[in-house]
Amino acid sequence: MSSDLRELYQAVILDHNKRPRNFRKPECANRTAEGINPLCGDQLTVYLNVEDGVVKDVGFSGTGCAISTASASLMTQAVKGMKIEEAEHLFEGFREMVTSDPQAKPEDESLGKLSVFSGVREFPMRVKCATLAWHAMSEALHDTGETATTE
Amino acid sequence: MTAVGRSAVSTAKRLAPRGEGFDPARARQDFPILRNTGLIFLDSAASAQKPQCVIDAIADCYSRDYANIHRGVYELSARATANFEAVRGTTQRFIGAAEAREIVFVRNTTEAINLIAATYGRQNVGPGDEVLITEMEHHSNIVPWQMLCEATGATLRVAPIDDRGALMLEEFEKRLCSRTKIVAVAHISNALGTINPVDEITRLAHAHGAVVVIDGAQAIPHHRVDVTSLDCDFYAFSGHKVFGPTGVGVLYGKAALLESMPPYQGGGSMIETVRFEKSTYAGIPQRFEAGTPDIGGVAGFGAALDYVTGLGLDAIERHERELLAYTTDVLAEIPGLRLIGTAAQKAAVVSFSLDGVHPHDVGSILDHEGIAVRTGHHCAQPVMEHFGVPATVRASLALYNTREDIDALVRALHTVRELFK
Repeated sequence: MSSDLRELYQAVILDHNKRPRNFRKPECANRTAEGINPLCGDQLTVYLNVEDGVVKDVGFSGTGCAISTASASLMTQAVKGMKIEEAEHLFEGFREMVTSDPQAKPEDESLGKLSVFSGVREFPMRVKCATLAWHAMSEALHDTGETATTE
Repeated sequence: MTAVGRSAVSTAKRLAPRGEGFDPARARQDFPILRNTGLIFLDSAASAQKPQCVIDAIADCYSRDYANIHRGVYELSARATANFEAVRGTTQRFIGAAEAREIVFVRNTTEAINLIAATYGRQNVGPGDEVLITEMEHHSNIVPWQMLCEATGATLRVAPIDDRGALMLEEFEKRLCSRTKIVAVAHISNALGTINPVDEITRLAHAHGAVVVIDGAQAIPHHRVDVTSLDCDFYAFSGHKVFGPTGVGVLYGKAALLESMPPYQGGGSMIETVRFEKSTYAGIPQRFEAGTPDIGGVAGFGAALDYVTGLGLDAIERHERELLAYTTDVLAEIPGLRLIGTAAQKAAVVSFSLDGVHPHDVGSILDHEGIAVRTGHHCAQPVMEHFGVPATVRASLALYNTREDIDALVRALHTVRELFK
């Protein structure tokens, strides 16, 4: 099996796909947004409990491929406890990582565990999978009541 | 089922007889994209690859024979018109239509169906009437009828499929009544490969006074079609699925029906006289061909039909049937693989899911191994819902596919399983 395929499907991603963390609706959720990828039918909902500008709790539900499921799972772990602005900033950094030129390779160390998704750069067709939950999370932060889509 | 690697392809199967008089490996050489790359293309149900003769015909049209048609008195324009109209004749013979004027050139199957809904439909369907389709339709044979029903106050009815993906014919018949004005069904399902009994469907629909629209997009490249013996009222298909270029589709309609229908789009070519008070319309088929058509595309489309005729549809169908049987056998040996769509009458479309692996992940990994398959809902979301899956992987075969392609697919699926174990 080729190395970039292994790079895309790292053990952490496969693990979070099999056993997604925070795969639930927190009882105290006060902000919600749905994310859909109309191209492939992936669909997930992100639930947030935001108090005093801080993400106190976060969970998600829905169905998707390994990349979108693992991305949602790791996203929930990453943003829990963050201020709204910090979560937004992290989304920006994440998006930059998965869309950057694979040759350039500026590894952003602040992304920590999320850097397992850097392999997505080699698979442009999968960027939308990796960012779906993040788009939904961002919508939920502002809870516009709209559905986030990757289009 | 047992876990097997390359041995999934047993020697006995390799030696099974193939379709006579047709050599897919040789046909493959006619397709530059397959000849020049190692591409294993298993997505012909979405769009087929193009043989050199089609590419040449388009280039020749623009290099030697191009001018606008039905207009100039100069020789070049007359030649371009003659070439264009000759393809109408080729198309008529290809599908067994009684007359060339029963062939209307459109952009694709979708436009053909929309044309019928917007003209025949708006003229003949009213409040309380019904349009009957099946559960296995492509979105392009659902949405135009929904739009027609919303606009006219008619009701869209849906005949169900069974768990193998075959149309439940008794249920279909139960939904026919005197209010049924249009029956629209796929000849072959794009998501499941099911071949519908269109003869029987047409007979039943006619007995209730409904006109029959057949979406032939998936049938035309694989299956001999004779619209006259079939007796359907309309038959729609796309050139790009039968190895022609994109941008050219065909609507066949019985002459008497086409004659009775109002125009679709207004503009040049479709008129007889234009006055500000009132215009009169051209006869058929020009009435439905407003504006300059895809002249180069039609040249390529004609070459594609000639190509298929030259190889022989019966030989192509035999080859594909044999390859489908092989594919079904070797896929069934892969642990955790579930075939979606196992109707007794099936064309060379194989939809499946793999336990614990989302179709998109399968698609990415296959792509990485040089194999192009479709993953997703295949523009047939109600079918996905019926089988309780969000999406499937679909391998669809054409005349240029070989057992070696399928063997590569099987190996790649084992790679998927290894990665996700």
